[in-house]
Amino acid sequence: MANSAKLGTNFTGVQMSPKDTKSLLEAVNDIHPDVPGDSKGLMLERTARAEEADRIGSVPVPGSAKGMLKSTFDMALGKSPELLVDKLGERLAFERSGVRMYDAMIAKAKANSMADSDLIGVLQHIRDEEFEHMNMVAEAIETLGADPTAQTPCADIVGVKSLGVMQVLTDPRTNIAQGINALLTLELEDNAAWELLIELAEAGGHPRIAKGFHKAKEQEDDHLIKIKTLLRRDLIAQIK
Amino acid sequence: MDNLSGILDNKGTPLEKQKFTWKEMAGKPISKLDDDAFTRVRIILMNGIETDALRLKHGIARITGQLRGPLAEIRRVEQHQATMVNWLISADHSPLETTVAYEQVAIEVTAAVAQTEPDPYQAQTYRYGLLEDFDHLYRYSAMLDRLEGKDANNILQGYTDIVPGRQTSEHHRHPDNDLRESYEKEQAALITKIHAAMITAAEFQTHDYYMNIGPLFADPLARQLYAEIASVEEQHVTQYGSLADPQESFMEKWLVHEAMEVYAYASCAEQETNPRIKAMWERFLDYELGHLTVACEHFKNIERRDPAEILGGPLPKMIEFKSQREFVRQVLAAEVNLRSSGTQYVDKSEEPQNSLDYRAQLNSEGIASNIVSAGYQWAPGGELMKMRKVS
Repeated sequence: MANSAKLGTNFTGVQMSPKDTKSLLEAVNDIHPDVPGDSKGLMLERTARAEEADRIGSVPVPGSAKGMLKSTFDMALGKSPELLVDKLGERLAFERSGVRMYDAMIAKAKANSMADSDLIGVLQHIRDEEFEHMNMVAEAIETLGADPTAQTPCADIVGVKSLGVMQVLTDPRTNIAQGINALLTLELEDNAAWELLIELAEAGGHPRIAKGFHKAKEQEDDHLIKIKTLLRRDLIAQIK
Repeated sequence: MDNLSGILDNKGTPLEKQKFTWKEMAGKPISKLDDDAFTRVRIILMNGIETDALRLKHGIARITGQLRGPLAEIRRVEQHQATMVNWLISADHSPLETTVAYEQVAIEVTAAVAQTEPDPYQAQTYRYGLLEDFDHLYRYSAMLDRLEGKDANNILQGYTDIVPGRQTSEHHRHPDNDLRESYEKEQAALITKIHAAMITAAEFQTHDYYMNIGPLFADPLARQLYAEIASVEEQHVTQYGSLADPQESFMEKWLVHEAMEVYAYASCAEQETNPRIKAMWERFLDYELGHLTVACEHFKNIERRDPAEILGGPLPKMIEFKSQREFVRQVLAAEVNLRSSGTQYVDKSEEPQNSLDYRAQLNSEGIASNIVSAGYQWAPGGELMKMRKVS
């Protein structure tokens, strides 16, 4: 695993093949687009398809009688309790994936003998707190009588969104800074997501759940600072 | 190597010594950025050939009992060869970027084959299909730019032009007009048989790849574009598949396929620029010679004939893995308006009504290949970079 950017035989740009690029541009100038228009047609078609599309899926109906009762109770408190369940499901999925992502980053850091001595400790600390957050959200979902093992629509979508981060972290060829940069994407999102989740829990009439989440938000603030600091330190040390 | 009869003396690696580990099969991939585009072209081609080797041998095993054991043994090695080759594609290739690479294979390899093919009708068929894959590259490049914001030339590395060919929306034709005349096994040169087996294998792989990855896309136009082009690839498999003589026995087809694999690996080994990959091509060339040896033994036992009857005769130079830009442009200028009528090639004005009707129905609710490429003109770094210069 390389630790930093190195000069090499990157063949992707036009400067690496001036003669071929000249020939290619000659072809482009000689043979023009055969369909009139521009990229707007693609956007119009996307809009049309979005209007006629089905949804990703649904929030499951609470499975237990206890859950049903609580759900009825919560209905009185909030207009759309399923929205909160959906967003809690998203957070649970995100934190659960987050634990796996940090595990991947720790493995990468261990492969690099040049890694900052406290890097692995910091990563392990954040990883453990993500696990705590996962448990915290699972409990909140159960409190509402919902099923923490169900994959809600937002849980599904957040998994799609995180796929790129997972690919970067588990690729053995990516270096420490590239991995931390991927984690930064997660932490920036996670931070804003907890902030929003607290507001949603309060607005939905669940102040006790919201109160419990404040601890997670504080820890997420700390994660964001730590990850930004690690990234800055790693890259500035290399560029100087 | 200018003929295979000399190479028949080389027995290659015995089957029992063709061994793998999981770790080497899923070994270090190539670099999308630093390896030459033709290293990736060779990888994609050889994966297509190996997966077709499996396909052919399964087909043979379905119609004959006596070879089931030996075919299963060779297939297992080919499965692992295919894995080791295909797993060289690194994970930073998006499916659409890999698609662009597949079309580069279809263009550059088919163009090389079209120029060395001695049978004029077969060569015409390669040129005909070539212009369609050439157009697919343009449509997919537009899609890559407008969907992912990426420049297809990062993959193509300047070797292949990104301009319209025979418009994709006009590729779909009635199956009657996809079939081609076959070579006659007694008259055809060995290289003609090898070319037909090789290009059919490559197109089959492209078809299967598009069928697998098409549904991975969220964008409705990308999904539809893959549906459109996968259908053309099925036509291409029909077209190229019909070039081979159906009167060939299954043993003859097996021998031709093994000879094609030997020829293709030898071509790769000769021209590979990445030393690690070159070593793998050389190793697999020896493996293929081992497979050919086994096939020759069965041929002798079953058909009581000398394999040299099939494998004799000169071969032209190796497949040329290089930019075929000038040839492709000539073909484009001269033959873009060709269409097929039955097994023959005619001017656009003479295209059969059954193809026009068939196509009109498919296209009646919109054509993704037109929508995604409307007004698309490649520029270094993608069309947004060109707009940056204007402002």
